[in-house]
Amino acid sequence: METRFRLLFLALPIMAFGLSGCAATKNLFGWGEEETPPPAEIPEGQVIEPQVERREIREPDIDSEDFEIGAFVGVMGIEDFGSDVVYGVRLAYHVTEGFFVEGSAGQAQGGLTSFEILSGGAPLLSESERDLTYYNLNVGYNILPGEGFVGEGRAYNTALYVSVGLGSTRFAGDDRFSVNFGAGYRFLLTDSVAMHVDFRDHLFDIDLLGEEKTAHNLEGSLGVTVFF
Amino acid sequence: MSERNTTTIPSTHRPTRYFWLAVLALLCVQTATTALAQVTGEFRTVSVADPYLEMHTGPGSGYPIFHVIDRGETVEILMRRTDWFQVRGPDGTEGWVDRAQMERTLQPTGTQIEFAQANQQDFTDSKWELGLLAGDFGGANIISLYGGYSLNPNVSIEAWGSQILGNFSNGWMGSVNVVHETWPDWRISPFFTLGAGVIHTEPKSTIVQGEDRTDQIAHAGAGFRIYATRRFILRAEFKSYVVFTSRDDNEEVEEWKLGFAFFF
Repeated sequence: METRFRLLFLALPIMAFGLSGCAATKNLFGWGEEETPPPAEIPEGQVIEPQVERREIREPDIDSEDFEIGAFVGVMGIEDFGSDVVYGVRLAYHVTEGFFVEGSAGQAQGGLTSFEILSGGAPLLSESERDLTYYNLNVGYNILPGEGFVGEGRAYNTALYVSVGLGSTRFAGDDRFSVNFGAGYRFLLTDSVAMHVDFRDHLFDIDLLGEEKTAHNLEGSLGVTVFF
Repeated sequence: MSERNTTTIPSTHRPTRYFWLAVLALLCVQTATTALAQVTGEFRTVSVADPYLEMHTGPGSGYPIFHVIDRGETVEILMRRTDWFQVRGPDGTEGWVDRAQMERTLQPTGTQIEFAQANQQDFTDSKWELGLLAGDFGGANIISLYGGYSLNPNVSIEAWGSQILGNFSNGWMGSVNVVHETWPDWRISPFFTLGAGVIHTEPKSTIVQGEDRTDQIAHAGAGFRIYATRRFILRAEFKSYVVFTSRDDNEEVEEWKLGFAFFF
């Protein structure tokens, strides 16, 4: 059985490449047509190579600040397990003035459920199983870019953004597929340093207390990020 | 006691070593700052060629124009954020100018400045690609991250890492793929892929039976890379996996995924 499948997988590439070969016979793999340009020749009589420094702006000379890195701290409510301090890190890449992609990771710890407190019985989870860690990969959009005015003479760039994404949450001894969405407010203290107020809802399915249900875990956080 | 004596001997040399390290570090910083000063001073100044250059208060088209700089005046480019440039005018005013207007400024040599922007040609020719996809792996959720390197416009090699999150078991998967694009210059470019790797499965803690397994996998698949904008690609793909289990039967899994990627 196993060898038959392995044979099948050998046959597949031959078929795939054969098919594509019929459709585009010219330069099938892109190999072979590459020609290296002849090296620049120095005229024989010329002894000194001219070394004129070109005062042109090269793109790498301009500092491009599309990445944003930072940390946050806040409160996260873990459904049935109380609320706890959450802290984490995030990294964002601004694709356009509107869109950005963002990766974040955070951790919090679940407390006791009401049942555990009232019954006084054996705990549902061990101490290490109460640790909640997550990572999320999000796409965000600056829905309301604008300015915030402090007093008469100061204006700061701000943006209200929405963000949605998915990731994995480790809680109660298992990794759980999770979806998150939320909104935040970015307040740029300088052109490179920003403060964030962020609210998220993390959703994942959990069957720890009998039947499976979708748990909503709300998180509110305050963060600082730096553009680079 | 004797041990202590032996350790004190080499330690007498340490302060001098640290001193030289400090001197070296200082020298490095010195050279870096002078180099930086040269860059900022000389190479980042452009003169306005349009009737005027519009300065916005922020890096976005919605931010109001608060200042204009006349033709012929020079501005210094401070930084770039997405398609916006922060510039400093002759009177020290700082503001944001969009890419289209920056391209109509002149360099000290009198030539127009060009800012390379990724386009569909780069989509075909780019060497590196990094992406994120999510979808369904035989009923379980899957999140994948991949990095690709193009040997030429048609053939590329990709390394994939995935996390599988199911109802009964979780796991991860790592694989190496060969991808063939028949028409890499099309905006919606179809591809075929083949690969092999390993899959690790661990049953969930609420499931009593079962143990962790690591098996070999092989897969074939097809999909589309779609050029969206700038460095952005949308990607959709289907892969059919064969898991070479240690049991009597091999397992077959179908996977559908959707996501995005960047090329650079």
